[in-house]
Parts: sequence; structure tokens; C-alpha cells
Amino acid sequence: MATITSPVKAESRDLNFYYSSGHKALKGISMALYEKRITALIGPSGCGKSTFLRCFNRMHDLYPGNKYDGQIVMHPDNTNILDSGVDPIEVRMRISMVFQKPNPFPKSIYENVAYGLRVRGERNKRVVDDKVEEALKGAALWDEVKNRLHDLAFNLSGGQQQRLCIARALATDPEIMLFDEPTSALDPIATASIEELMSELRNKLTILVVTHNMQQAARVSDYTAYMYLGELIEYDDTDKIFTNPGRKETEDYITGKFG
Amino acid sequence: MTTQASVLANLAEVRAMIRKHKRNDFIFSIIGLLALMLGLLTLFTLFIDLVATGYPRFSLDFLTNYPSRKAAHAGLLSAWVGSLLVMLVTFISAVPMGVAAGVYLEEYAPKNWFSDLIEINVTNLAGVPSIVYGLLALGLFVYGLGFGESILTAGLTLGLLILPIVIVNTRESIRGIPIAIREAAYAVGATKWQVVFHHVLHYASGGILTGVIIGMARAIGETAPIITIGALTFIAFLPPSPVSDVAPFINVEWLSSGFTVLPIQMFNWLSRPDHAFHINAAATGALIIVVTLLMNATAIWLRYRIRKNIKW
Ligand SMILES: Nc1ncnc2c1ncn2[C@@H]1O[C@H](COP(=O)(O)OP(=O)(O)O)[C@@H](O)[C@H]1O
Ligand SMILES: [Mg+2]
Repeated sequence: MATITSPVKAESRDLNFYYSSGHKALKGISMALYEKRITALIGPSGCGKSTFLRCFNRMHDLYPGNKYDGQIVMHPDNTNILDSGVDPIEVRMRISMVFQKPNPFPKSIYENVAYGLRVRGERNKRVVDDKVEEALKGAALWDEVKNRLHDLAFNLSGGQQQRLCIARALATDPEIMLFDEPTSALDPIATASIEELMSELRNKLTILVVTHNMQQAARVSDYTAYMYLGELIEYDDTDKIFTNPGRKETEDYITGKFG
Repeated sequence: MTTQASVLANLAEVRAMIRKHKRNDFIFSIIGLLALMLGLLTLFTLFIDLVATGYPRFSLDFLTNYPSRKAAHAGLLSAWVGSLLVMLVTFISAVPMGVAAGVYLEEYAPKNWFSDLIEINVTNLAGVPSIVYGLLALGLFVYGLGFGESILTAGLTLGLLILPIVIVNTRESIRGIPIAIREAAYAVGATKWQVVFHHVLHYASGGILTGVIIGMARAIGETAPIITIGALTFIAFLPPSPVSDVAPFINVEWLSSGFTVLPIQMFNWLSRPDHAFHINAAATGALIIVVTLLMNATAIWLRYRIRKNIKW
């Protein structure tokens, strides 16, 4: 699947992370995200997948006392996005995120998708209209909502809400998109459509997805990282991880002997 | 070993237990209902009594006449206009300050022992007897700042009185906004200021408004602090109008005018020996209750209206 090599889009270098409680949730993680590839993070609940993912858009900065130690370097500009001199807003404008539970704003469908543009001060209605349409098409939602763009987003089904959140994350042309267990609150049909969507987004951007569903990782990703207790145990081609893992711990987890 | 007999015995036991639990449920619901009725009935009886007594004075004249030495001609004009103007000052002074303080405490202030201390104090302020606010205002507004015994003083005093209510309600409605919604906004690159203005204030507005109205409903019936700062009890004139027909259309002379308000007028009539005035007082009391109930009903309705579109 991922035999054609791709340039590195971002890489974490010896990344440690401490929650304000003092808990060290990430221990020396070094791994690369490849451009226009999907990288999956798997591992038992509580192993630090979300913690790692949320370093990429500096989400931890929202809560006082959290501490990063190490680097996440983005290419091609070689910016260490964890550097205290880099504004988290800048990072979030380059790296967007889709959450575990669909979290649309209690506003209209249109306003939800347009919000990232509003934040950037875009006032030209034509530009916003075009971007909203493009993002909704990109999130495979346009046909379902084009006639009710001004309805409340809460009136959509769970799967549609999640695609709306993807459209919201897409509207600002991010370089990387983070997904934290994006289908865990959805039914199998909605899950399938989100997975299909991710495969399509792969043509446009780099994706890092947390999942606790191993089949999902096997289905959608090019690379898979197995984490355990805050450490990166193994990182390789998804095919390799699932057919011939290099580490005994990975194999035990994959085969369900553990976790 | 489950014989048929033991199954049946067991079933009988389970049924007896369920009956007993249901009886307990029933008894408790009756007690609860009685407690509720007792409160409501007292209020209701009081209201009916006021209406029955004040009934002869229910007429437009009562609202358009100034107070008079003759009970039958005396009216509420200066009192309800005074209440309205005082409430205006209360609203203008308490709402921006209360909302700003609530937003600051919830969104900006670092969470430490000091903010805890402020929180406890704000909550306590809501329980301070209103006459204490009157004394404070007498020293601060009437003498200290030289505002005199004016509408401005009364409005600011009641503003102070409801400030904690506004702050507490603002904070509570802000706290009701899920973290997931904030994170969604931050994740697309919103600044804190944008999160507050585009989301927090917007989604909390229903709760904030409810708090404001409940606060105002309390303020409109307040008597003690208004007496303390020296409201007049017999006023046969209206303060200068806040709006005029010549530019700049708004004037502020009314702020320094003497005034009376509904509960003071009621108090004044009640303290007269002549029974005819007691009828006026009852009619005023009924009016205050109706206005208060209407304000609270509006608050509930608004809350319902706004909640309908925002379900987390
Ligand atoms: N806000 C927090 N404060 C302290 N510890 C936390 C916090 N959030 C998560 N943790 C801890 O960090 C570890 C990793 O959590 P998380 O990244 O959410 O795991 P995962 O997403 O893999 O299930 C867990 O042990 C969890 O208890
Ligand atoms: Mg998680």
C-alpha cells in the first residue's frame, strides 16, 4: 500500500508530554507523518494516543500546567510547532482536527463550515460561499444539505454531523488533519462513509488518525503506530504491522491476546 | 433446587416488596405535593387578599394620578414612573458589569485560591441583607460621590444589589457550555476573544438574560435600601423626561431628580391611619406581584425559547 515513498510532512522528535497533574503521558516519541498518507495510531485505551494527537495542534495549551518536552517539526518550513515562540493559533490554522464525538456549533450548517474563514477575517460573501460549497463537497455532504444550508446543524444525523465537522476542518485548507476516533460514536454505515471520505482526503492532505478499532486502521491507513503506556512500540507500513509485526507486544495486541 | 412451590413463594415475596416500594413512592409524592401546595397556597391567598382589598382602586386613574391627600384620588403615577427610571439605571449599571465580571471570572481569571475566594465572596454577596446595601449607598453614593437622594443613587444601589445575581447566573450559564464546543472553536484557530464573543456569550445569553430578569424582578420590590438612601414618600411631580424632542434627544437631568418607587408608595399608604389608603396599598401590592410574576414568566419563556435551539 505505502510502498511509494513520500516526503515527511511532520515529525515528532523525542517528544515527552506531562499533564499538569505531573503525569508523564508520552515518553520519548519519535515518528514521522508522511505527506498525503494516512497514519493510524493504535493501542489500548489510556496509552496516550489522544495525548499525542493533541500535541499536533497544541490543544494542550488550552489547559494551564501542561508541558511539552521535545519537538514536532513541520516541513517544508522546518518549524518546530511546539516552540514557545510559535503561536498555537498559527499551528491550528495549518493543522485542523476532527473530534471523537461530532461537535458542531449550535449554528447553521453554513455557519459551521464558514467559521474557520470568519476567524481568519474573511468577509467576502462570494469567497465564503465558494469555500463552504467546496468543503461540503469535499466532506461528501453537499448533496444532502445544499438545500438547507441555513438549518441548524443539530438537526443532522450523527454521521452527517461528523462529516460537517470534517467540512469545517477542511474549509481552511489545512496541511494536516487530525482525527481522534472519529467513528466511535457512529453506526457502521456512517462509519463506512467516514472511512471512505478519509481515503479520498488522502489525495489532498496528510492525516493522523487515532482509532481503537484495529480493522479500521488496517482498512484506511498507510502506516500504523502501536503505542503502549505512553511509548511508541512499533511504527511501520500498515501491511507489515498487521501481517508480520516486528515486536512481540504488537503481535499480542493485534491478535487480541492482550488489550 | 427450584420447586414450583419455592418459585411461587419467591414471586409472592418479590411482589410484596414491589408493593411496599410503590407505597413509599406514593407517600413521598404526597408529602412533596403538600409542601409545594403550602408555599403556593400562602402566596396565592396573599395575592387574592390583596386583590380583594385593592379591587375598588383598579382603574386607569390609579395609574395616571399623582398621590393625593384624598385616598380615592390618589394614584401611582410618580411611583411607577420612578420605578421604571430606577430600573433603567439598575439595568444599565448592573448588566454590563455583571456579565463582564462573570465572563472574566469564568474565562480569563487563573483558577487558584484567590479566584476561589472571589467566588465565595460573590456568592455570599447575594445573601447580604438589602438594607446593608442601602447603608453602603448612603455613604458612597449620597455623600461620598455627591449623587444625592436621586434616581441615579437608587438605580446604582439596586444595581449593586443584583450584581451578584447577574454574575452568578452568567458564570453558571457559561459553565453549561460543553468543553467540546470550545475546543471545536479553538481547533479552527479562534482566539480566546473570538471564542468568548462568537460562542460563549452567544450560547450563554439565555441564561444570562434569565438571571438579569430575575435580578430586576427582585430589585423592583426592594424597599429597605431605597428608604435608607432617602426616597421621598410623597411626590406630586414627574422627573424630567429622559428623552426630549430637541437634539440631542437624550438628557440626564432625571438622574439627579428626587423620586419615589412602587414599594415606597405602598409603604407610605400602609402607614397612614385612614383605612381608605390601605385599599390603595393593597392595589399597589397586587400590581407589584403581577409585575414580578410577569417578569419571571418572561425569564422562563426566554430560557425555554433559547434552550430549544441549543441542546447539548
Ligand atoms: N487532562 C489530563 N490530566 C491528567 N492525565 C490525563 C489527562 N488526560 C489524559 N490523561 C492520562 O494520560 C494517559 C493517556 O490518555 P489518552 O491520551 O487520553 O489515552 P488514549 O487516547 O490512548 O485512550 C492516560 O493515563 C490518562 O489517564
Ligand atoms: Mg483517546
